[in-house]
Amino acid sequence: MSIFVDETTRVVYQGLTGSQGRFHGLRNRAYGTRVVAGTNPKKAGTDVDGVPIFASVADACRETGADASCVFIPAPGVAGAVMEAAEAGVELIVVITEGVPAHDEARFFNALRRDHPETQLLGPNCPGIISPGRCNIGITPGEIALAGGPVGIVSRSGTLTYQALHEMTQQGIGQTTCVGIGGDPVPGTSFIDCLGRFESDPETRAVIMIGEIGGSDEEEAAEFIATKMTKPVVAYVAGVTAPPGRKMGHAGAIISGSKGTAAAKIEALEAAGCRVARNPTEIGVLMADVIEGLA
Amino acid sequence: MDLFEYQGKQLFARYGIPVSPGEAVETVDAAVAAADRLGYSVVLKAQVQVGGRGKAGGIKLAASSDEARAHAADILGMEIKGHVVGVLWIEKASDIAEEYYASFTLDRAVKLHLGMLSAQGGVEIEQVAAESPQAIARIHVDPVDGLSEAACWAWVERAGLNPAATEAAVQVLSDLYRAYTDGDADLVEINPLVLTPDGRVHALDAKVTLDENAAFRHEEWSAYEGTEALDPREREAKSKGLNYIGLDGEVGIIGNGAGLVMSTLDVVNQVGGAPANFLDVGGGAGADLLANAVEVINNDPQVRAILVNIFGGITKCDEVANGIVEALGRVELRSPIVVRLDGTNATEGRAILAGHESDTLIAAPTMLDAARKVVELAKR
Repeated sequence: MSIFVDETTRVVYQGLTGSQGRFHGLRNRAYGTRVVAGTNPKKAGTDVDGVPIFASVADACRETGADASCVFIPAPGVAGAVMEAAEAGVELIVVITEGVPAHDEARFFNALRRDHPETQLLGPNCPGIISPGRCNIGITPGEIALAGGPVGIVSRSGTLTYQALHEMTQQGIGQTTCVGIGGDPVPGTSFIDCLGRFESDPETRAVIMIGEIGGSDEEEAAEFIATKMTKPVVAYVAGVTAPPGRKMGHAGAIISGSKGTAAAKIEALEAAGCRVARNPTEIGVLMADVIEGLA
Repeated sequence: MDLFEYQGKQLFARYGIPVSPGEAVETVDAAVAAADRLGYSVVLKAQVQVGGRGKAGGIKLAASSDEARAHAADILGMEIKGHVVGVLWIEKASDIAEEYYASFTLDRAVKLHLGMLSAQGGVEIEQVAAESPQAIARIHVDPVDGLSEAACWAWVERAGLNPAATEAAVQVLSDLYRAYTDGDADLVEINPLVLTPDGRVHALDAKVTLDENAAFRHEEWSAYEGTEALDPREREAKSKGLNYIGLDGEVGIIGNGAGLVMSTLDVVNQVGGAPANFLDVGGGAGADLLANAVEVINNDPQVRAILVNIFGGITKCDEVANGIVEALGRVELRSPIVVRLDGTNATEGRAILAGHESDTLIAAPTMLDAARKVVELAKR
């Protein structure tokens, strides 16, 4: 099994008529994703390489049975696009767009949490989700993934997600699902959401979690791993030598305390029983060792 | 983007938050003229984006033109923790009865806004938070609902401010919340928020960080361009649309995605090198942006070798390769470039580079190989 998506997932692309939307939407289709529709109020009735364009997500859902959406709309329009998709009743909204204002993210995240709790938002500013051989929504290059499991991947960083997929595939280890949750201040899907799904997915036997400096998501994930997970987790945290970023005044320091540094995150993950890689290549090496131990 | 105190106060004033009348000046003569206009006593405050100004002698009270002249001459040009004071903010001195602390920021853990208010302001608030966390009254605000007046009243009452300050504080905090949300700030902070002996509440300091992702709906932010405290390398990179942070090493780094770039810094460090910078070209970088990135790194005199580490997703490796080739034609490279390409259109990208490989353009198959190679070249 996979998490969030599978071979039956039907996807509408908001922004399919733009250059990025078209390139990646058609590439997702070539991968095997059911790309059933695109939206653009000014181009309803036309098509993008055979994919019908509708005026709204609601129209697309009604006509094509779409149950997921992928957003390539430019940042100023993302808040509207997310609410439109949620109101149309799609179950999964994947927002690829980067540069969305944090206040917009905070508003639509909370609007969804309250009014559309059944809708799973992924992103913004994320690479999307791929279940190798079944479904690829977003910008992950499908050819670097390997179907068949048994590893699930969740990552805050887009390009490190690809790096992790690549390392696994190089080791001959397949993936059940790889979720890029994005590194924005208010991610729609958290590490814990994914770890919980992987824990209950019978096909996933081990998990890779990739974090980076800032915030306290990794520390919260470590707590979850220690108390709720039985499956082994290999972790990696980027930013050990990163320059101390801009400190968000005193308020930021008060919230995070000592949390937020790579060292604190690595310590928390190791204390939770994770094996922590020191560089991306080591992710593959450690996971190969974990898989061998499972056999 | 961090604002200077005077910019923060001007922003607060637009949202109706009381601040002392004042002027920002850059010369001693202008300082004296401003002080004369405002009427004595005045406070002269060094405009630097670093804490501890007062202790460093960057904040002075002046009761006359002569004093204003002497203090302005002292403070302008003064260096505070590596920041040279170029701008002075001069404002009418305030009588202070009590000092409070107030702020709004995002609490990422619960994905709600967080307001913090304390009757113990004017001091190191982090120390207050560590030693007596109960001295800070916190309120979580749902961004959809906003801050209601009732919730704001209850919050102010919990903070235990002087009852004489309550009504005015509620108004200031409501306005501060609007400045935070409508103003697209990541942080708004007032320390101290003061109560005057005659019962007025106003902001004696202002710390504001703006969310640059919201710049498209804030034309007024263009006024802040050019006043930001950036090093010259950062200024050049920013003007070219690059996300760049200057560091002290000799290996220039270009990558796509903050995570991958941070990881690249880590790996370069692990194999014995020292990065000269963090440079993230972001998602979907085209040839032109890549050429700009190479140019910025090439202009940094401390760089001895350059590592381009790209894992294409939305970024296409063939465009990256074209950008590198374009840069080779546009600028005279001072240092060798090691390039590692994987992901979207990597085969095409590698083929483009293959036609240009030389002692100064070297392809590497993996991130670790690339890091080892570039560090070796930087040490040569």
